Amino acid sequence: MTWIWSNGDLIWDRTLDHLVLSVPPILLSFLLALPLGALANRYRASRGVILGSVGLLYAIPSLPLFIVLPVIVGTSARSPLNLIIALTLYGVALMVRVVADGLASVDRDVRQSAAGVGFSSWSEFWQVELPLAGPVLLAGLRVVAVSTVSLATVGAVIGVQSLGSLFTDGFQRGIQAEIIAGIVATVVLALVLDGVLVLLGRLLMPWTRKSSSRVLLPVVTPAAVTR
Amino acid sequence: MNLFAQAVQWILDPLNYVGVNAIPLRVFEHLAFTLVTLVIASAIAIPIGFFIGHTGRGRGLAVSVAGAFRAIPTLGLLTLVALWIGIGLGAPFVALTILAIPPILAGAYTGFEAIDRRTVDAARAVGMSEGQIVRGVEVPLGLPLLIGGIRSAALQVVATATLAAYIADIGLGRYLFTGLKTRDHAEMLGGSILVILLALALEGIFATIQRFVVPRGVISSRSKVVRVRSSRARPMVNSAVEKGTQ
Amino acid sequence: MFTANRGRLALFGAVAVGAVVALAGCATGDPLATGSGDSASETLIVGSQDYYSNEIIAEIYSQALEDGGYTVDRQFRIGQREVYLPDIEAGGIDVFPEYTGSLLQALEPDAAAGTADDVYTALESALPDGLSLLDRADASDQNSWTVSKAFAEQYGLTDIASLANVTEPITVGGNSELEERPYNPEALTAKYGIEFAGFTPIEDGGGPLTVKALLDGDIQITNIYTASPAFADGSIVALDDPDNLFLPDNVVPVVSDKVDDGAADILNAVSAALTEDVLVTLNARSSNDQESADKIATDWLAEANL
Repeated sequence: MTWIWSNGDLIWDRTLDHLVLSVPPILLSFLLALPLGALANRYRASRGVILGSVGLLYAIPSLPLFIVLPVIVGTSARSPLNLIIALTLYGVALMVRVVADGLASVDRDVRQSAAGVGFSSWSEFWQVELPLAGPVLLAGLRVVAVSTVSLATVGAVIGVQSLGSLFTDGFQRGIQAEIIAGIVATVVLALVLDGVLVLLGRLLMPWTRKSSSRVLLPVVTPAAVTR
Repeated sequence: MNLFAQAVQWILDPLNYVGVNAIPLRVFEHLAFTLVTLVIASAIAIPIGFFIGHTGRGRGLAVSVAGAFRAIPTLGLLTLVALWIGIGLGAPFVALTILAIPPILAGAYTGFEAIDRRTVDAARAVGMSEGQIVRGVEVPLGLPLLIGGIRSAALQVVATATLAAYIADIGLGRYLFTGLKTRDHAEMLGGSILVILLALALEGIFATIQRFVVPRGVISSRSKVVRVRSSRARPMVNSAVEKGTQ
Repeated sequence: MFTANRGRLALFGAVAVGAVVALAGCATGDPLATGSGDSASETLIVGSQDYYSNEIIAEIYSQALEDGGYTVDRQFRIGQREVYLPDIEAGGIDVFPEYTGSLLQALEPDAAAGTADDVYTALESALPDGLSLLDRADASDQNSWTVSKAFAEQYGLTDIASLANVTEPITVGGNSELEERPYNPEALTAKYGIEFAGFTPIEDGGGPLTVKALLDGDIQITNIYTASPAFADGSIVALDDPDNLFLPDNVVPVVSDKVDDGAADILNAVSAALTEDVLVTLNARSSNDQESADKIATDWLAEANL
């Protein structure tokens, strides 16, 4: 454990590297998934095609994707951009389905009333559907955040510095404390980002504040509701 | 595109169908490894999930633990456990079981929770014991979401099981690492395509199972519930979120 | 009732887009791009493999250059050779600690074996334009076929050929590329008639897990770099290689044109002092004593009066 005390700087640096690698994919996948998910929700035909093809992305093992991507995209083999693109793809794969399902969960009556009081289809989407789907989107984004942070460690195998570098280095040198430090720091970082998203959700969707726990973490027993 | 052609060529090359590195053998190993991992993870997660779903107790704890499990990087866990117990299948099994537990656990308890409480109360009112309620009402009604959880776990495990080849002579990951280390991109991409095909096959199988396990009476009523009272359409919300992690 | 929230969502959108742009900017600010530009001509970019021992050598180069008044940009742990080689070939890195035999085989897969000097000369001509070699160190961190001491004593093993005496099944372990190298198990079968039972991948580059597998008897033979501190306690032995299956792997700085005579002198002085024993000691301080590359390099440079 002495390794951890004498290498605090290193752990902090790798944490920052990790943050730079994982935050853009989380935000990008949200921004990209919005139009795709909306499109999937709008037409029956597009739903099957879009959800089917993004679901495919999900099955791609991460390691070869990180390596093949530069060949396809034309970036440098050890550019952090490869990792960001790959992680964004995984995020989109997850988020599109969430957006589509979230929008689908908006009550049809509510949408029809909105149309009835004169909302255009565009403003109805932004002002009615999206806010109502907000809690579901947030729940999905939280899963994206946690899995992105976890997945970014694999980049270490192809030479992109992250908290995963502590695994490969600890593995080579046989320092278990270093591997444990890497795992713990990854989990902590994921939980911190998750917490930030929850706070952001409360800030942007104040109307869910009271009921948010019910929507995000559906509970039915009285004991759990009052927790 | 050229690279993809080479990868397909690699998959079709008869030389890759003989010896210890034969593609059918590696596919079989990969599949067997995935299924055993899913069975172990299910044996751990399903009873806990049913307990939480039925009693509502320990839910907060389970959610946090599952969340933390999701965040655990598989590569890190694999290397750490390997340093403790040595090479072979032990460390990959541990690391991938931990990967598979959160979605299965969530599928098990959300399946119970998605059931209309009035249904359970009705079962209790007609004199069913708690055990009968679990077996006769909650398990059958919760099954589609449970299978959904296992399906999402299967997808993650089949893609991540490639990491097992980091320390064991098993599975399609062997092609990925050999291809990576010898700069043979055709082999690496060919191996990846096989993994994707395997994942697709599993997806198809689970989708079929999911369709068959929905109790007959539920199919019509569920779609109505979603329509009429979408704010309570929890099954859908959860399945979306449960599709969860990679 | 929702119009009030529109501002918030728009704000969120704006913040999200801003953050993406800013972060993507950071992330894609490829350090290489700035380093290879003309503006930073006095700064030397020193790279290293994603291998702890290589990082120590790169850190020694860096500190020695800094002591000599040069500005150094450290780009360490940038992967294995297949990842960074294109960057070196493109001149994106000015100083890189390499190993003569392995680099030669990466550039010319069919390169013939030979003495340390033969390999050095062959490598000089194999390097692309714009790159050159400085003096090589005596220290060699080369591949070897290694067995546990107990196994060696049981069958009286001394050199690779004597593996033919072994009567139990031999499982080979190591990085997966081992199966494809010129000295792979197939080559041993062809040359010495040794039969193997199978291959187990252990992707830690002959690290602690490989050694553990060897000592546990999970594998019988593996490839471990000869400067590994694992050899220090005598529990494992590298088999002799009288037929030169393995190329010598002397440590050598591969440098770009930006390295001037002054910098070359500094690096040559480091190579002159870097013997095999020194390298093993440095590696042991990293593996066994868990010290950082920074500290190990500083201590050694002071000790060696460099």
